[in-house]
Amino acid sequence: MLKESGEMKDRIKGGSYMLESKNVNVFYGDKKVLQDVTLQVPENTVTALIGPSGCGKSTYLRLFNRMNDYIENFRKEGDILIDGKDIYRKDAEIEELRKTVGMVFQKPNPFPKSIYENVAYGLRIQGINNKDVLDEAVEKSIKKAALWDEVKDDLKKNALALSGGQQQRLCIARTLAVEPSIILMDEPASALDPISTAKIESLIYELKQNYTIVVVTHNMHQAGRISDKTGFFYLGELVEFGDTKQIFTNPKNKKTENYISGRFG
Amino acid sequence: MLKIKEYIIEKALFMCALITVLTTAGIILILTVEAFSFFRNVSLYDFFTDPQWTPLYSEKHFGILSLLAGTFLTTVIAIMVALPVGMGIAIYLSEYAPRSFRKIIKPLLELLAAVPTVVYGFFALMVVTPFLQNIIPGVSGFNALSAGIVMGVMIIPFISSMSEDALHAVPKSLREAAYGMGSTRLQTVFRVTIPSASSGITASTILAISRAIGETMIVTIAAGQMPGLTLNPLKPVQTITAYIVQVSSGDVQFGSLEHQSIFAAGISLFALTFILNSVSFWIKKKYRIQYE
Repeated sequence: MLKESGEMKDRIKGGSYMLESKNVNVFYGDKKVLQDVTLQVPENTVTALIGPSGCGKSTYLRLFNRMNDYIENFRKEGDILIDGKDIYRKDAEIEELRKTVGMVFQKPNPFPKSIYENVAYGLRIQGINNKDVLDEAVEKSIKKAALWDEVKDDLKKNALALSGGQQQRLCIARTLAVEPSIILMDEPASALDPISTAKIESLIYELKQNYTIVVVTHNMHQAGRISDKTGFFYLGELVEFGDTKQIFTNPKNKKTENYISGRFG
Repeated sequence: MLKIKEYIIEKALFMCALITVLTTAGIILILTVEAFSFFRNVSLYDFFTDPQWTPLYSEKHFGILSLLAGTFLTTVIAIMVALPVGMGIAIYLSEYAPRSFRKIIKPLLELLAAVPTVVYGFFALMVVTPFLQNIIPGVSGFNALSAGIVMGVMIIPFISSMSEDALHAVPKSLREAAYGMGSTRLQTVFRVTIPSASSGITASTILAISRAIGETMIVTIAAGQMPGLTLNPLKPVQTITAYIVQVSSGDVQFGSLEHQSIFAAGISLFALTFILNSVSFWIKKKYRIQYE
């Protein structure tokens, strides 16, 4: 796993983008929810996707780990590429894709199992049951998620007993244990209090060193604090995409400017 | 005027509720009183240790174990049929079947529980037993196996319907988390969904067991009336319920020891199902809070 993702990163430095979408349209039945979205995400950056509710940003995010596949009547046109490869190609293995592309959800969703088993889950489903290997991976992942000091003495405790903020960091640890190279986050802090939110934000900043992160958020200030690039979605269209600084200080599009300055949303 | 009307309706509704409570209390009272006079003649020690149950013979023995063995045997067979099939149905309907199919098939399945049990009993005796006799040598005309299998079919909807509800109630976010880490559908079902629904599944199974223990008609018709301390499913047995039927419908003298014995059997049955239902209720209540 490790070796593979290492090789992958080298290849990306040679040229192609980590994540890429080309002229993507998405339909739910007859309803078009995304319109001609083209976007490139470079490696080891944080990209924020902002926009009002229902603008399609979550749907767009979920294209990259094929989470929309479970929605009845879902249909996509255009290409979604990860490391230059079409992830919707016929022989693509969804399970393998999701080991490379991890996801953190809006509401903390730990399994009703122990803290330890939550983090070990991703390895167990790959058939890894060696206790030493699991112990090491669990500790490493929880440390990376900045949760170790708070839970190291009760790894056997049920994860549901943790606070919301701790649960969310546990979910991040659980995702990291699978050793993805990309992490998708769907409003990871929207259900949390300000202190927990700050912790998640600084964690995202830390993780950038080793992971490519895409965050959906409706909190513009959060986007401004944590991201390198920002994309603004409105009514299913990617209105503007660029360096976060530029988007927030000097937006080129009038709609972006209105949204950023709080005139709608 | 309106107030009086309200008052009358309120009291009437209260009386309705009271009737069920009083009935239960009355049943318990009668069972206890009659069982008490029974136990003045038969010691509790004999009741629980005597290997024979022969109240209707000249040499009388009152060992409930023989009836318990019949009840246990038919119930275990029923659960062995109903649990895998019921769970299979529940998993399929909740995790794999298209929503429209689920909407049609679930009420149809519940119809299984609406078939009169006397029909099931007849089916066991006239269809299943001859079939078993064809493939397994040495099957008696009345046997625990046939009754148990058919009883298992009868309680399938208890397990499938309640377990399906429990599986369906597992939040979508947990499934998404599992898929998001690269789980296959099967891994998600067996490692996340089923463990998360385990309290509901356990509760449904216990209720189904309780239903099987209390089932009367099928075992009376197809399992025979030969109490014996046996666990051989090919032989005739008698369950607690079947014994009660036999005595109540026979010409046993009212107030005799034989007559009183059905109350002793009845109170054992009541205790058994009461405990199981309470455990089921407790499990459901204790673990329900998890996702809120």
